[in-house]
Amino acid sequence: MRQTDSFDFAGNVSRALADRQLRRNLRAAMDTLIEKRNSVFADPQETEELRERGAAIKRRALSRLPALLAQLERNLTANGIRVHWAETTDEANQAVLDIMRSHDATRLVKGKSMVSEEMHLNPFLQRHGIESMETDLGEFIIQLDNEPPSHIIVPAIHKNRDQVARTFHEKIPEAPYTEDVEELTAIARRTLRRKFFAAQVGLSGVNFAVAETGTLCLVENEGNGRMCTTVPPVHIAVMGLEKVIEKLEDIPPLLRLLTGSATGQLVTTYFNMISGPRKPGEKDGPLEVHLIILDNGRTRILADPVMRETLLCVRCGTCLNHCPVYTRLGGHAYGFVYPGPIGEILTPQMEGLARAGVLATASSLCNACEEVCPVKIPIPRLLRRLRRDLAAAAETADPLERLAWKGWALMNRVPLINALAVRAGALLGDRLPAMGSLKAWSVVRTPPRPASRSLHELVRREKGVENE
Amino acid sequence: MNDPLRYETVYFFGTCLIDAFYPQAGLAAIRLLQRHGLKVVFPQRQTCCGQPAYNSGFFDEARAVALRQVRSFPKDYPVVVPSGSCAGMMKYHYPELFAGRPELDSVRNFSGRVVEFSRFLAELPGLRLQDRGAALKVTWHSSCHALREMKVIGYAKSLIRRLDNVELVELQRESECCGFGGTFAVKQPQISAAMVTDKVDDILDTGAAVVLGIDCGCLMNIAGAMEKRRLPVSCMHLAQFIWERTHETN
Repeated sequence: MRQTDSFDFAGNVSRALADRQLRRNLRAAMDTLIEKRNSVFADPQETEELRERGAAIKRRALSRLPALLAQLERNLTANGIRVHWAETTDEANQAVLDIMRSHDATRLVKGKSMVSEEMHLNPFLQRHGIESMETDLGEFIIQLDNEPPSHIIVPAIHKNRDQVARTFHEKIPEAPYTEDVEELTAIARRTLRRKFFAAQVGLSGVNFAVAETGTLCLVENEGNGRMCTTVPPVHIAVMGLEKVIEKLEDIPPLLRLLTGSATGQLVTTYFNMISGPRKPGEKDGPLEVHLIILDNGRTRILADPVMRETLLCVRCGTCLNHCPVYTRLGGHAYGFVYPGPIGEILTPQMEGLARAGVLATASSLCNACEEVCPVKIPIPRLLRRLRRDLAAAAETADPLERLAWKGWALMNRVPLINALAVRAGALLGDRLPAMGSLKAWSVVRTPPRPASRSLHELVRREKGVENE
Repeated sequence: MNDPLRYETVYFFGTCLIDAFYPQAGLAAIRLLQRHGLKVVFPQRQTCCGQPAYNSGFFDEARAVALRQVRSFPKDYPVVVPSGSCAGMMKYHYPELFAGRPELDSVRNFSGRVVEFSRFLAELPGLRLQDRGAALKVTWHSSCHALREMKVIGYAKSLIRRLDNVELVELQRESECCGFGGTFAVKQPQISAAMVTDKVDDILDTGAAVVLGIDCGCLMNIAGAMEKRRLPVSCMHLAQFIWERTHETN
């Protein structure tokens, strides 16, 4: 179903909407996340100023991305971190595999990383005989059920406590059935501790890569990220190339925006700044640190003066939480790695319009996402642009729809034709056959009923109105 | 444009949905403006703001239709629009649609004069609304573009609160989209249906007899869904509601 050429969005939507448990879980979870965000961004003016700063920092970084990436590579290398460039996800996977093989490693522990999801790293490593263990609690839960994340920040948000209890009991050897959250967490912790100590390689994502100092920043709450990056002898970080920022000074506003938007926290429990492998005389830390920088279509996106704003994203997931469509579907219906509003603009660009362009239609353009985006990505504007591309590209254009809009334009450009069309509609009343759009409309609604006289007509007889 | 006192004459843009489906709402808005002493000019060559095509990605078609409106409202009067969505389109999206084109200056002049009706009315100095209706419980739907683009919800609600016999009960999820979204409702009918169904349930929970709004797309969506379920709740544009409760019948 997922990741195939025949991406059946309508089918996914049907299934998601029919799942009442899923809708209840999502609604409750999104309400909580929205409420938490509101509690840390209570002052609208302060929040707006902060978002302006965040957007300016990310825009500045994007505007000189090639130079910053070169500077980042120089400073990382000077710090002893080895940099690998990957144009495609295949190249990125291969880079991970090569590093693993150079150490005869077969066991990897993973912190949360959306780029690794983009790479489909877990199945890739599995095919090569390598155990890849998710250590973020949410990711750990869904890995047990062999599911992809349904949310960027809270990957198992589609499940409630009972469902997690059943999964743990069924999938973890000797795990008793319990719905107690602390006990469930303790079970995960016991399982994961053993994996941390046995792993030869730890993999993590990156939230910000600081060019001026060659520092990799990792934001997390569970400590598993710190374990992944410090316990195994080798640490591999993976990031999309848009994660680079200019300087350390840029971090505080971005971090505040990220944690506030993502989880409604002023600070997270852990903020890791990774500046290199273990140095002589130091007693802990990995012996080797690698960074894989992934393109996967990002330079193509960067080249488009409008769509490049997609790359401002800090992956906080708040657009999902506030989206009335995501709240009803959950992440899996979107068919690819990134769901919600950010997925609606990012996925069609990464996967192509023919394959994933339909996602750009999955928005009512209500602007809730744009209102909360911490870096002010004009998501509705980018959705409209993608819709224009869909209408223009030979592979996705619908000739009938184009014809309909041409007719619509004629009707609304020439006042006489407009008057005739409105009059004809009034005469037909609600006797139009329920086909096409009207049929779609009428499933849960009565058809609109045209008035017998239009406003244009009524105004002509209205006292005191000047008709021009 | 923030000072309505300077104007004795205003243009009225009726919107295509009001024109064809809810003309009484447009007429009511015009009468409210007239009753306050304003002269209302209605250019008969106006049609649609162009947003349906714009939001569907048909920019050329939207532009052609937008230009029809710009040219129909040439004089230096405010253009009063009884819709947050159409007003947002004309105020904020027209300049974007015409960026770098020779028409940009005249488009900017037009966009700068666009005002949303409920705000315009609420800000009229000395406006008196004497409620002549019976006691009634209503609720309010915040349409997305009135809320997030035109930012006029406070003005619209302030008008409702000026009606002495009307009790306003707010929705639990007032700022959530009703699922209309123009062509979204027919391009993603399942998602749209789920959204409007939830909106109707929220409305029912208030116990209100009437849902008020300032965007007829949303009202058509919500009213259609309520009628399909045979619910005894009606939808009405705020202008029509205010007019019907405040005008003197002889």
